[in-house]
Amino acid sequence: MTELKNKLNSTQIDQIKEICKSFNNEKGELINILHKTQSVFGYLPAEIQEVIAEELKESAAKVYGVVTFYSFFTMQPKGKYPVSVCLGTACYVRGAEKILEEFEKQLNIEVGETTPDGKFSLTCLRCIGACGLAPVAMVGDKTYGRLTPEDVKGIIDEYKD
Amino acid sequence: MTKNKINILVCGGTGCRASNSETIMENLKQELENNGLEEQVSVVKTGCFGFCEKGPIVKIMPDNTFYTRVKPEDAKEIIEEHVIKGRKVRRLLYEDPETKEHISDSKHMGFYRKQIRIALRNCGFINPEKIEEYIARDGYDALGKCVTEKTPKEVIDEIKLSGLRGRGGGGFPTGLKWDFASRNKADQKYVVCNADEGDPGAFMDRSILEGDPHTILEAMAICGYCIGASIGLVYIRAEYPLAIERLKIAIDQAREFGLLGDNIFGTDFSFDVEMRYGAGAFVCGEETALIHSMEGERGEPTVKPPFPAESGYKGKPSNVNNVETFANIPVIINKGANWFNKIGTEKSKGTKVFALAGKINNVGLIEVPMGTTLREVIFEIGGGIKDGKKFKAVQTGGPSGGCLTSSFLDTPIDYDNLIAAGSMMGSGGMIVMDEDNCMVSIAKFYLEFTCEESCGKCVPCRVGNKRLWEILNKITKGDGTMEDLDLLKNLSNVIKDTALCGLGQTSPNPVLSTLDNFWDEYVAHVVDKRCPAGECRALLHYVIDPEKCVGCTACARACPAGAISGTVKHAHSIDLTKCIKCGACMTKCKFGAISKK
Repeated sequence: MTELKNKLNSTQIDQIKEICKSFNNEKGELINILHKTQSVFGYLPAEIQEVIAEELKESAAKVYGVVTFYSFFTMQPKGKYPVSVCLGTACYVRGAEKILEEFEKQLNIEVGETTPDGKFSLTCLRCIGACGLAPVAMVGDKTYGRLTPEDVKGIIDEYKD
Repeated sequence: MTKNKINILVCGGTGCRASNSETIMENLKQELENNGLEEQVSVVKTGCFGFCEKGPIVKIMPDNTFYTRVKPEDAKEIIEEHVIKGRKVRRLLYEDPETKEHISDSKHMGFYRKQIRIALRNCGFINPEKIEEYIARDGYDALGKCVTEKTPKEVIDEIKLSGLRGRGGGGFPTGLKWDFASRNKADQKYVVCNADEGDPGAFMDRSILEGDPHTILEAMAICGYCIGASIGLVYIRAEYPLAIERLKIAIDQAREFGLLGDNIFGTDFSFDVEMRYGAGAFVCGEETALIHSMEGERGEPTVKPPFPAESGYKGKPSNVNNVETFANIPVIINKGANWFNKIGTEKSKGTKVFALAGKINNVGLIEVPMGTTLREVIFEIGGGIKDGKKFKAVQTGGPSGGCLTSSFLDTPIDYDNLIAAGSMMGSGGMIVMDEDNCMVSIAKFYLEFTCEESCGKCVPCRVGNKRLWEILNKITKGDGTMEDLDLLKNLSNVIKDTALCGLGQTSPNPVLSTLDNFWDEYVAHVVDKRCPAGECRALLHYVIDPEKCVGCTACARACPAGAISGTVKHAHSIDLTKCIKCGACMTKCKFGAISKK
């Protein structure tokens, strides 16, 4: 497991325990517990996984195995404005890669990273179902469609307060 | 729809919502209020209309006016002109690309003319958040008929007779699958709906769940009655928040109406539905992997047999069907198997929903009878290739499918024909590509996807696909050899034969089909070190045509690498050793003197 960087405080630990309890500490509910925990904390670092493992009487390795298996779960905190560029096939054939490169260039980070000020994080996703607007990108819940690389700077500027 | 005189239907599907359909709805309501019309006119949020290219869509009933690309600021005009004065807003009507005629009724649009809607029958017609509207369109009739008038065996026989095959990709006969699950004795059985739509570029399942969630609940209950299950589970992607929300509403309403729960229609049949969430893993579309994921494990597939019909969720007999498969069930019961099996081809009955996307004019969700040709889909319904470019290939079946060339355009689409052509039906993604798409890059794109999504359990998939990707990457960089092409083919066949599950067994398909159909393009990359489509950056050369260059110096000033030299009013040239291939010069040149080779 990764190094323990930050210790959880007791209220946070209680919160996690509470979530596990709401699913009767059942091993079969692990994925639901992880969903719920991630929605509260934003991400699932090693120390959170250890608390869950203890509550469910599972090994930490098992929990880690599940967290890393599914792309929806993340061990990295996301930025205040998470940027996701769709790399589904429909977007890809309409030039999504160039959009992604432009975001990387403008934000000066690579996919999977967060800007040092914690403001933006960049990920790709596979198809949000808005193929009519391809290529698309999302910032938080807002969708931007029919993008060209020239649009990228303007989108980022919207969030620079 | 309510019984008001005028109903304004606004698309609440994901695509249209992404272009502000929620604000359109608010503005329409506000305008109605401003004019004191909120009692006579209703604004209804529906599911997807299918014609995503022209979204957001607003449809006015009962006169069937279909407005396209509506903006929030158009609300005022729609209410004042159409609703109050009865005059259609011409500028928002669909314009036929050929005749330039404005068409107001969707029936007459090329996009809809050839479609037959069975699975999508209610999408865009009803408010998915109101069970009454589903019931008004024969909703839950089929369930009532099954549990009160038919034995489970009779229903299974009806489904068998209909010839319905699994729409998730496998194409296994649905009636047979139900039969197997019904024969296994157990104290508890499960009906599972596979809503883990992972094919990047396919969005039919989500549209059905968003536009007509009750049809899935009804079909699951019918299945439960047939196989003897009292619990249904919907395994849905967590990335589909709107579909989840609508399904939850539907489950609550169905319980309230006694259509889910104990003693449905006053019989001893009891059935309820719960939700389980996926967390983003393509392999979970495979049924054994899906079941492991529902049990809270890593979604790794296991060898079949045992099939889920014998030992599935929690070791109990389970029947797993895809969303679109379920959406066909109530119609088959209501209209009869003999109505359904008249549609389609000899071995593939009914219709298929396709998500038509890529370099095509009419992107959207379509439903056509099996046996429709690719040409009809791409050129008649899809309106042909974008920007007047040339058709190059169509990719069907997602990451497990293949790329078909123009020689397959007249192939009638069904399960068996697509497999014979080297592709597959898959879940129904259909991505159209034009001359600017490089087929080696497309194969690489899919392999990248497979490498990311491989669960890692078996070696052929985990290691083999990685090697395939590396070879493809080498070719797109211009370092490939002819031996690499042989290796690609051999390795692909080994992976196909030895991988554990459907994901691995089909993952080399994009490679094999592009090798078969676009051999020359691979050879151009390997031998001539050239990318004919001009997509592989490492192989690109920008050149200035001295005939066309007027020496304006715009390109030289735009070049960030200082690779362009030349004097004013004399033809410029590019130093290929310095060029970083950014293309800035080409965008700046007003005389079309710079081209990619």
